[in-house]
Amino acid sequence: MILDFKGRHIISIKQFTKEELEYILKAANQMEKYYKTGSDLLKGKILATLFFEPSTRTRLSFTSAMYKLGGEVISLSNPEMSSIKKGENLTDTISVVQSYADVIVLRHELEGSAKLMSEVSQIPIINGGSGTKEHPTQAMLDLLTIKNEMNGKIDGLKIAICGDLKYGRTVKSLAYALSHYDVELYFVSPPSLRMRHEVISDLHSLNVKFKELNDLSEIIPELDILYVTRIQSERFPDPADYAKVKGSYRIDVSMLNRAKENLKILHPLPRVEEIDYEVDHTKYARYFQQAYYGVILRMALLALVLGGSF
Amino acid sequence: MQDNRKSPSSIEQSLRVRKIKNGTVIDHISPGNALNVLKIVGINGKEGMIISIAMNVPSSKGSTYKDVVKIENKELAPEEINRIALIAPNASINIIRDYEVIQKKKVVLEDQIKGVIKCMNPNCITNSNEPVKSFFKIETRDPVSLRCKYCDRIIEYNDIVKQF
Repeated sequence: MILDFKGRHIISIKQFTKEELEYILKAANQMEKYYKTGSDLLKGKILATLFFEPSTRTRLSFTSAMYKLGGEVISLSNPEMSSIKKGENLTDTISVVQSYADVIVLRHELEGSAKLMSEVSQIPIINGGSGTKEHPTQAMLDLLTIKNEMNGKIDGLKIAICGDLKYGRTVKSLAYALSHYDVELYFVSPPSLRMRHEVISDLHSLNVKFKELNDLSEIIPELDILYVTRIQSERFPDPADYAKVKGSYRIDVSMLNRAKENLKILHPLPRVEEIDYEVDHTKYARYFQQAYYGVILRMALLALVLGGSF
Repeated sequence: MQDNRKSPSSIEQSLRVRKIKNGTVIDHISPGNALNVLKIVGINGKEGMIISIAMNVPSSKGSTYKDVVKIENKELAPEEINRIALIAPNASINIIRDYEVIQKKKVVLEDQIKGVIKCMNPNCITNSNEPVKSFFKIETRDPVSLRCKYCDRIIEYNDIVKQF
């Protein structure tokens, strides 16, 4: 069955049904051939990347994705050098940029910014990460990684999501994405960084099986997927409090001695201290592979919202 | 012997809050919330109208209690009435003219609340310089809690009341 995404905004993972997500993941895998050879699928189309917050992966992978499909990219990645400095608000910015491009990827610090811009813009807005709440394309590429790395299967997996669950936007989007599947989730964090009340409330309503834990080591032997996020030192005003917790969520080779053979470790990156560099060379580490999945996923999204046929 | 006295609750009530000639009666406010209701409709007593308030009086509905507010010479507008629903969802409104009830209605908690409540999240786009009003959907009705359409944050009943 063909689903039509042409002209749609990609704002929140919550706006998609399971059927739509599976369709997007399938489209991403179909992009592999274009990833290798390039394509003219989106020739003549322009992507505007508007990043008001730092980004390496999201911005570059969208840029790469657009070029691989034959399109062009214009970008605003330094707001200090734009009319934002003169006090122009985001609504006016988008109202103008929509005349320069066919699709916009937006990252902004304010929560709900992508949602509001989808009500303003006449061209598709793709949320590249707003505030601390949403990162839908990251969740989709995380799903794609899990699916492809676990032989096409997500149902039945035991998945730990670990680290900063309160402020980390990737973990919330991922939890919602996984709510479509029959999985067991473990949210592992210091007590002060638990998953937000709104997300917990939604997961209860969706009858998702999950537990909240302080300690990762007790569940390592059971896990199929370990999704690690950075605990930011800046969230702890007292450095001593940070020092107490950061070690608890540091993944090293000795911790993995009790892990399942086919455990996969994911991380949205950037990684600081939470995964030891020696883990990178083990069979468990798939966080750099995630970067590749991110490109083909974003190629699929751009092709779908711009109506390219493939 | 038959006891023909009125029930204690109605006698006490008739002594406390007399009928008004013209204005609005807000009845069946959940006990203790009368002052919050006045706040939510923007009345602070300095407008000059006569306002009668009865708090924690027995209700005719079973063995419960209620607050009642009578505002003389003011008829509340529909948007003011529906604001009351945020903190007193079971309240009823009687519009009085010449001592007669000319209109009776229950407050209605609308599914969407626009522009009345501020989002508690300082990082929400609705608290910035963007041309957008706050927009909430009802999360729960009793007690009331709201979810911001933009940032998804839930605002609880106590935080709603504090804004007024």
